[in-house]
Amino acid sequence: MYWNSFNDFVHMGGYGLYVWGSAGMALLLMLVEPILAAKRHRRALEQAASGDNE
Amino acid sequence: MSTAEAAALQGPVLVPTFAPVWTLTRRDLLLAARRRVEALLPLGFFIAAAGLFPLGVGPEPQMLRQIAPGVVWVCALLAAMLSVTQMFSSDDHDGSLEQMLLSPLPLTLQVLGKVCAHWLSTGLPLVLAAPLLGVAFDMSAPAILTLVGTLLVGTPVLSLLGALGAALTLGLRSGGALIFLLVLPLAVPTLIFGTGAVGAVEAGLPAQAHFSLLGALLIFTGLGAPWATAAALRISLD
Amino acid sequence: MFKNHSGLTWFTYAAPSRFYGMAGKAIPWLWALCLALTVAGLFIGFGIAPTDFQQGDSYRIIFIHVPAAWMSMTIYAAMAFFAVLGWAFNTRMSSMYARALAPTGAMFTVLALWTGALWGKPTWGTWWVWDARITTEFILLLLYLGYMALTEAIDDERRAANAGALLALVGAVNLPVIRYSVVWWNTLHQGSSVSAAGGNKMATTMLVAMLIMTLAFWAYSFAVAFTRARAIVLESERDTEWVRSLTRG
Repeated sequence: MYWNSFNDFVHMGGYGLYVWGSAGMALLLMLVEPILAAKRHRRALEQAASGDNE
Repeated sequence: MSTAEAAALQGPVLVPTFAPVWTLTRRDLLLAARRRVEALLPLGFFIAAAGLFPLGVGPEPQMLRQIAPGVVWVCALLAAMLSVTQMFSSDDHDGSLEQMLLSPLPLTLQVLGKVCAHWLSTGLPLVLAAPLLGVAFDMSAPAILTLVGTLLVGTPVLSLLGALGAALTLGLRSGGALIFLLVLPLAVPTLIFGTGAVGAVEAGLPAQAHFSLLGALLIFTGLGAPWATAAALRISLD
Repeated sequence: MFKNHSGLTWFTYAAPSRFYGMAGKAIPWLWALCLALTVAGLFIGFGIAPTDFQQGDSYRIIFIHVPAAWMSMTIYAAMAFFAVLGWAFNTRMSSMYARALAPTGAMFTVLALWTGALWGKPTWGTWWVWDARITTEFILLLLYLGYMALTEAIDDERRAANAGALLALVGAVNLPVIRYSVVWWNTLHQGSSVSAAGGNKMATTMLVAMLIMTLAFWAYSFAVAFTRARAIVLESERDTEWVRSLTRG
């Protein structure tokens, strides 16, 4: 491990804001996108099912 | 009048193969001349939009000189995009567009004819009006000359690209804004080399490389865009 | 037309129904792969790799920034490829997959720009830098948005697919020209451009971490694109027999 303590890890040599801001945005986008895609799929399934019942 | 009718008026088929293309160009210019106000709107926009900048950023000559090439070029791009929305729609509405597709003349050449007409009626006025803006922005004479030169080579590229955008978005409600979004990335090199040339001349450096690049862009676009526009028209109408 | 026995051909998954089934089975595995690779990549990149001599620990952003930028370009190429394939061979599944790829590609472009800005601030002092790579990335975002806007604006599915294919092709062909002009523009205005990657003398651990993260993003892209493609398939194929039996069962 490069880091001596967890605090050092979070601090990132003073650049914590930038590194975690990047990682955070990545996490956010890569969580929201699949969720939106899954929702779209579910909606499509429901619409396909409801269309049959007419 | 349709291309077929106009070509028939040409007389016996002793004319070279390219003549019907210029017939199409002449027809479009005639139509533009009948609606002169509409045809001059892009020019009015160009001058008004560019003229707005000094009002927004202040009249200091040195700063105006610095932003002038960029401002004039961006306004030319915007004016071109605004003017291009109507390129195929009126033909589409009166049925001449279908005639163009059915005609034995290659659609690529017909597109080229329409683009030439568009540039003559919309692009060329911008080139001629540019010196006025150059003076308004306190540009030096060599800079103004260079600006006019870059617009002369660059506005045909904008017409070519705009035609592609118009063909892709034929009949859609989104209109001008969508064309702008589609064409803007493609127009970036022209914008960069055009403004770069003026910047070089203002710095006392030669602008030959810039003009060569612009010329290459014109050739590249002139060869590719009409073909792509023809393909887009077929996609939009099938 | 398409072979009916279980032997795979190039056209096996050109049938939306078969793609739908295959993708559904593959997605959980892709997520597992993505997770494993991400953990490994970040462990190495954020945890083990040494700090950079010049930039300090802010350089670690490259383990997200560079893979995101690579994906944004790779996905655009894939999107253009499948779109043109659908246009040329009239295979609807190809066009549907191209449409499924677009938002993911755009997302990676946004991520590359965001992380680029966060990397630029400590490195060059400002949030936004018109460096050649970031500017080209921005234009790539516009290309994605244009593709998505055009395909959304056209109601007729076939016209939308083919128009998108032509647009993607034109964009792909123009990308080298655009990149060249932006690099040229940038050196003109900024003198020597700062090398974003810090030179070729990258420690092996850093390279390994970057490669692993790229593979992780690749697995992610497949997972999300497959999910979205399944949705698009259902939307387009609503009135077919196989969808009816699917929703009945």
